[in-house]
Amino acid sequence: MRLNRRRFLGTAAASAALLSSPIAVGQKRPRVVIIGGGAGGATAARYLAKDSDGAIEVILIEPSRTYYTCFFSNLAIGGFQPMSKLAHSYGTLASEYGVTVVHDWASAVDREKKVVRLAGGDAISYDRLVLSPGIDFVKGAIEGWDVTAQTKMPHAYKAGTQTQLLKAQIEAMPEGGTFAMVAPPNPYRCPPGPYERVSMVAHVLKQRNPTAKILILDPKEKFSKQGLFMEGWENHYAGMVDWLTDEFTGGVQRVDPDTMEIVLEDETIKADVVNVIPAMQAGSIAQQAGLTNEAGWCPIVPATLQSRMDENIHVLGDATQNGDMPKSGYSANSQAKAAAMAIRHALTGSRAFKPRFSNTCWSLISPDNGVKVGASYVATDEKIAKVDGFISQNNEDDALRKQTYEESLGWYAGMTADMFG
Amino acid sequence: MRALIPALVLAFGFLSGATSVASAQDIARGERLFNACLRCHDVGKDAKNRIGPHLNGVFDRKAATIEGATYSKAMKRAGADGLRWTIDTLNIYIQNPKNLVSGTRMNYRGMRKEKDRSDLLAYLRQFSVSPANIPEASASLLRQDAPSLHEETYLDGDAEYGEYLSGECTSCHQSSGADKGIPSITGWPQPDFVIALRAYKKGHRPHPVMQMIAKRLSEEEIAALAAYFKELH
Repeated sequence: MRLNRRRFLGTAAASAALLSSPIAVGQKRPRVVIIGGGAGGATAARYLAKDSDGAIEVILIEPSRTYYTCFFSNLAIGGFQPMSKLAHSYGTLASEYGVTVVHDWASAVDREKKVVRLAGGDAISYDRLVLSPGIDFVKGAIEGWDVTAQTKMPHAYKAGTQTQLLKAQIEAMPEGGTFAMVAPPNPYRCPPGPYERVSMVAHVLKQRNPTAKILILDPKEKFSKQGLFMEGWENHYAGMVDWLTDEFTGGVQRVDPDTMEIVLEDETIKADVVNVIPAMQAGSIAQQAGLTNEAGWCPIVPATLQSRMDENIHVLGDATQNGDMPKSGYSANSQAKAAAMAIRHALTGSRAFKPRFSNTCWSLISPDNGVKVGASYVATDEKIAKVDGFISQNNEDDALRKQTYEESLGWYAGMTADMFG
Repeated sequence: MRALIPALVLAFGFLSGATSVASAQDIARGERLFNACLRCHDVGKDAKNRIGPHLNGVFDRKAATIEGATYSKAMKRAGADGLRWTIDTLNIYIQNPKNLVSGTRMNYRGMRKEKDRSDLLAYLRQFSVSPANIPEASASLLRQDAPSLHEETYLDGDAEYGEYLSGECTSCHQSSGADKGIPSITGWPQPDFVIALRAYKKGHRPHPVMQMIAKRLSEEEIAALAAYFKELH
């Protein structure tokens, strides 16, 4: 093993690495194809390429040339991060790690032939496939809303133009207007995400439009870091935020993007901004490939992240039904490393170690007021099971909250370096 | 308030001496041991900050909170994380400052003998607002945990295993060694790395993420990580 090695050096080094690898000279390198260049897919690509020293050919399929991280996109809405800081490219993965990055849509997986078909017409064969497709919205989950309505009622739950649109809508709200969020049912990407978003919207409105109101229409009885968010809203945005569960409203019956109305059981609410975050399921390619269960998620073998439906396919991150790990970028990154190790072991005979998983989610409530929740996990036969965990406490002092926020900035830098190199 | 402390300290300090379990000899011995600290730390009436902060009222003080004192980034971080100076944490810190704060400015190799630390703390205890409220000795924490802090089992760590395990670290700590918001952990001497993780594992250091991560690392795994990160610059 070379510690301090210079990172991947292109064709010459690739051949040298191939010669020194356990694969016999002249034999084709095993190929891993990865669909999706987010926290799971980019991490898997980097670790497979880095740790196999060229013994595995790594191909990453991702439609976007510029990737905006969903994590921290709420901070862009709050004005704490410019969108440009959330943008990343795959240049380093290609140039320094030797990953072949293909900017195209994966339109189908032929599991019989072990081939991925691309929207552009190409087909790429694989020895192992890593699927890290993130989430898609359940069609018809909210009557009146579909993706064509997202320019009027944005979800902003995939980062980029949607984030910018929602931010612009909030900033253009009339004085004393209403921001309404239709919150998602469990399970969904980034459990504290909707509530961090509410905090960021409240922060913006407090500065620009202090008589405006925020309404959360929530199908859930409780939510992640609830005590911390509730305390923060009371302390920093008193009287601005109303959290209404279905028990109180009877549930959202439908929305009308043209009139900006939300129809509840007994009343209709008209809002100036409506942020609809519908129910979610695994990204559509996972559905197409037949890797999902009735709930719309991909069951996996905990230790290796292999699909329960196909041992040649590993599924990572939000798309999985894994047991106890939340759907977060950190979780996907953690799972990617376990999967990369299992794949290397299977294809090149490298050492296998016991997988370990962890997650932490930081949220910003108000300026310099960060909180976090996290846990560690192990793979059992049935699921990825929680071992231990922690959460920030109510009434923590300002210095600790500030430090937690600064730590989250450090984590962002660390996480994105771990994904993209 | 700060100006008042030395006067109060002296008044209460002498009063409580009579009820103390630590004998006058112990305290006198502690005062002599404090000579090793004097170049950097002042204590007693009109004590001032020197290279390190003055030590009046150090018990139950949050780390890195004396105005005008110079602290390392690491000490400030530990203070914000919740490090408080108690009989236990001082005991652990004096034994080897890097037990609690890896990047501390306190350039001191540590006081290894428990009796020495106990006497030194008995002496410092007098310069508190109410010494009678401070426990006489570190209850159990260090007594049972201290020896393992110096076991030298870390020298033959499996760096390849460490490289795999490091994946759990690099979700936050950058392998480039960048140090913003989250400390750098690359290129550390192995003993420093090992004692830091042991301290998190035992809960001596306050950070909840690090406590959780370290809690399930075995000695073998800590050694493996230390061997790996030592070579990463």
